[in-house]
Amino acid sequence: MSLRSPLAHARGLGSAKEGIHHWWSQRLTALALIPLGLWFIYSLVVMTGANYTTVIAWLANPLNAVLMLLFIISLYYHAALGLQVVIEDYTKSEWQKIAFLILVKFIALLAGFSAAIAVLKLYLGL
Amino acid sequence: MAEFRLPKNSKVKIGKTFAKAEGAVNKKTFHIYRWEPDSGENPRLDSYEINLDNCGPMVLDAIIYIKNEIDSTLTFRRSCREGICGSCAMNIGGTNTLACIKAVNECKSDVPIYPLPHMPVIKDLVPDLTHFYAQYASIKPWLQTQTAPPPDGETLQSKEERAELDGLYECILCACCSTSCPSYWWNSDRYLGPAILLQAYRWIADSRDEFTGERLDNLEDPFRLYRCHTIMNCTNACPKGLNPAKAIAEIKRLMLSRTL
Repeated sequence: MSLRSPLAHARGLGSAKEGIHHWWSQRLTALALIPLGLWFIYSLVVMTGANYTTVIAWLANPLNAVLMLLFIISLYYHAALGLQVVIEDYTKSEWQKIAFLILVKFIALLAGFSAAIAVLKLYLGL
Repeated sequence: MAEFRLPKNSKVKIGKTFAKAEGAVNKKTFHIYRWEPDSGENPRLDSYEINLDNCGPMVLDAIIYIKNEIDSTLTFRRSCREGICGSCAMNIGGTNTLACIKAVNECKSDVPIYPLPHMPVIKDLVPDLTHFYAQYASIKPWLQTQTAPPPDGETLQSKEERAELDGLYECILCACCSTSCPSYWWNSDRYLGPAILLQAYRWIADSRDEFTGERLDNLEDPFRLYRCHTIMNCTNACPKGLNPAKAIAEIKRLMLSRTL
């Protein structure tokens, strides 16, 4: 039972004074993913059935490597931001929410960095 | 997780049937949600078949007729019966609207009537709006200025500045929009919801108000404002034809323009 006033409950801990950065980043990455995504799909279609050396040669082109890195960064950043919203929307308990938020961030970083390192490795021919 | 199913004690059962339209040409059946806090029983859906020739044209007329003539235990809020007080907001035929301005003949078959969705119910069609009103109070819905008002008159506003409030000042806080919003269903403890955000924007947009920055500060929060995912149920539901989604978009635009 709580005898706090309804207004105290509504005001809660006050405003977090943030959210615009998240919102704007989500939209910017979405915008960036339109051309990058189309480019990525186009590249996949063009290289359908290509062998390993063709793909290596394609990625050795600096333009392709840069676009590929940008695609990976935008994709995982956008995914992490989006999943964060879903988790905040639908998880009820506080510990569950925090656990999922940490998990999503870690997985996005792990997957994003792995993909980026793979691209760099191929681009640099290591 | 968010609750997608009703808890056991909220499952709605089939209730009583009142067929009171023998020999009527023009009849209609209303299935109305009933719940009594004192009985300890689950909510039920009572059916009332009535002769429409005996009552007025609106859904509110029909439920007033039911209360007067058939079942006086039926509980609901109503006052102005002309869409200006917002008391009779309820879920009629699956949409949140005001019973007093919803015509019975707009409803095709039987008319199911429930209280506003996802709000605590006090009795039958009466939801508990305490938190909704507290959220309204939290945005300080009054003119705030640093400049003292002129001692000999009003704080003036040009016609263009006054026109900025059109589409905002008409809101009657019936809560139809907020209770149609899934984001408000899941997170109403922290998310302000479309009605309150439209009201907040009403004061942000007011040329006479000098606390725009503080008002934006107060809203800049992942939950208070950014739970809006532009689902647009609010605009769809508003019985006054207002556009809360646009007001929220304007707030987000102002948030952005003060950082860029």
